[in-house]
Amino acid sequence: MTEAPVHALTPPVSDADPFAHQNLLNPEPLHQALREAGPVVHLSRYDVHALARYEQVHAALVDWQHFESGSGVGLANFRHEEPWRAPSLLLEADPPRHDAPRGVLREILAPPALRRLRDTWSAAAEELVDQVLGDATEFDALPALAEAFPLRAFPDAVGLGPEGRENLLPYGNMAFNAFGPRNDLVAADAHRAAALGAWVNTQCERAALTEDGFGAAIWAAADRGELTHEQAPLVVRSLLTAGVDTTVHGLSACLYAFATHPEEWQRLCERPELARTAFDEAVRWQSPVQTFFRTATADVDVAGTTIPEGTKILMFLGAANRDPDRWHDADRFDLTRDPSGHVGFGMGIHQCVGQHVARLEAEALLTSLARRVESFELTDTPRRHTNNTLRAWESLPIRVHPAA
Amino acid sequence: MVGTSVVAEGATSTDPRRTGSSSAVTLTVAAKETVAEGVVSLTLTHPNGGRLPDWTPGSHIDLILPDGTTRQYSLCGDRWDAHTYRVAVLREPAGRGGSAYVHDRLRPGDRVGVGGPRNNFPLVPSEKYLFIAGGIGITPLLPMVRQAELLATEWQLLYGGRTRASMAFREELAAAYGERVHIVPQDECGLLDLNAWLEGPNADTKVYCCGPAPLLAAVEQAAASWGPYGLRTERFTARTDQAEPLRATPFEVELRRSGRAVTVSPGVSVLEAVRGAGVDVLSSCEQGTCGTCLTPVVEGRPDHRDSILTDHQRAANDCMFVCVSRACGDRLVLDL
Repeated sequence: MTEAPVHALTPPVSDADPFAHQNLLNPEPLHQALREAGPVVHLSRYDVHALARYEQVHAALVDWQHFESGSGVGLANFRHEEPWRAPSLLLEADPPRHDAPRGVLREILAPPALRRLRDTWSAAAEELVDQVLGDATEFDALPALAEAFPLRAFPDAVGLGPEGRENLLPYGNMAFNAFGPRNDLVAADAHRAAALGAWVNTQCERAALTEDGFGAAIWAAADRGELTHEQAPLVVRSLLTAGVDTTVHGLSACLYAFATHPEEWQRLCERPELARTAFDEAVRWQSPVQTFFRTATADVDVAGTTIPEGTKILMFLGAANRDPDRWHDADRFDLTRDPSGHVGFGMGIHQCVGQHVARLEAEALLTSLARRVESFELTDTPRRHTNNTLRAWESLPIRVHPAA
Repeated sequence: MVGTSVVAEGATSTDPRRTGSSSAVTLTVAAKETVAEGVVSLTLTHPNGGRLPDWTPGSHIDLILPDGTTRQYSLCGDRWDAHTYRVAVLREPAGRGGSAYVHDRLRPGDRVGVGGPRNNFPLVPSEKYLFIAGGIGITPLLPMVRQAELLATEWQLLYGGRTRASMAFREELAAAYGERVHIVPQDECGLLDLNAWLEGPNADTKVYCCGPAPLLAAVEQAAASWGPYGLRTERFTARTDQAEPLRATPFEVELRRSGRAVTVSPGVSVLEAVRGAGVDVLSSCEQGTCGTCLTPVVEGRPDHRDSILTDHQRAANDCMFVCVSRACGDRLVLDL
């Protein structure tokens, strides 16, 4: 990325609405059209520039100097518009203010720090899988597994109390809708926004958190001066906002993938050490987080197009993750593929700080399932859930054939 | 840090980050200039002109010189320029040869190896900062000063040195920041009046100090009442575990679970070699910053080059990030 040249190209224009229901439910045709239209496409409906090819999405993600997050990573431009809640100190911040919260959270969620959770989560996954399979062989895998496991493992790890955890998924759903336009999906959440926000904010206070979780570790960092005590609850809030729905839909992407690709499930059962790779391949293939915006900090040249200073750029992570110039047979879910380098977790200084937590959850659940389940298949057409940012499911009805 | 290694005290954390290239470990010396008596600055760039891994003020890199010696130096450039690193190197007559090599033999166009960046000396939020530099200890504080300016935080810099001419960056600091910068050459003004500057403690102020051991000892004594988190220091001390040269010869990596072995040549990452042997390892940034390719080590001592592990975690020798880290000895056994 460089400063703008004198003779800039006029990018192709599209009047498509990426946030229209049919595109949220089935984004691949739009992604393909945008990738083929050019490296930069102007979306006339929202007056933003869109990037859908891997090369440009990756470059914009890592270039925080030219593509800032502090003006919001949704459509709303915080330079002119009021954020719907106090901006995130991580997702919606730039260096230098981004440094301290990111540094604290990064260390708390780094792989060496998570080792203590591995056995706990393996046991929790075994228990859940035993219980679900003991009850029935036909069930909806979304609530029974993809929601139940993260809702058990993650809030415990953060240190939340037992009450009110049912608020976590609706809060995340609302937060991820808020990155889109003020459409019907946002309106549908409006009646409970205040109540959900108040509940989440209460959970971020020190007194609400157990003494051994990620939340307490954040407050302890504030005691050491690595954060201010005013910042600590907002950093806890980031965990609660970004740590649940994303994992649920990453896991449901795995379960959908394996229900529809029995030969890949066979491969995983034979080599359970592929669980982490399987999760990342599912994240590449489905991209639970489909889009994020940035804002240009200067007139920026992208592949010959000048993106004006202060305007929004929409990055299609899902489209980049299926760009045929980057991925062989990109639309195929394939455990023999190396998904390394996908942008499903983002890339650069804002890359998902909880990705190792998500992988550990996925590894625990998939490994337990691989021990107990020989094969599974869909019993009905699964239904998508519409969200302005998340590629999500409403239901995943499956039938399980237990291992002998 | 200069000619020797650093041990930081206080909290550790940073977020230097990745960019597109997977071979950021070899950089080109783009420029070398004298910035004070006995001090040269090096400007380092990627051979293909690409972005370098991101860093935060207080970070250092391992500089692996063409003769194999490895030294650590604080990054003192501008991180809004993603394409260059800048370090400043003091010639140390009593040093172990790294600074002499940089001063006498290193030329623009030469290639050097780089590990990190790592940050053991991060700038934490504060209402006010007092920065205290001794000599070449100014280097990690330079980006901190700029950062404090960006944050519109109140700050002062107390900068001591043997002589005015030996004090790198004194003119640009004085020109940019005027009376916030206090230049105190010892031959003109005597030693820093630390007791006056550190009268307190002041709960609004964080003190950051970098310099030679006698200065740090004096600051620690003068700031004894400031509590464990009021003063943060970075210390120049030779650290034996960093003193070994980078291996210039191939090493063996055994992949115990897969029952395979592979030879890793200089210039090839362990990750590339392992993949070449047909064993998949999930990775993401390939710059030692995201943490995805963490691999358990069964035997052997890794030569850690990542930005993630703390000193304590490094010393455990039980895991490594195979995208950038290598082997100290002839052989590593990985749980792959």
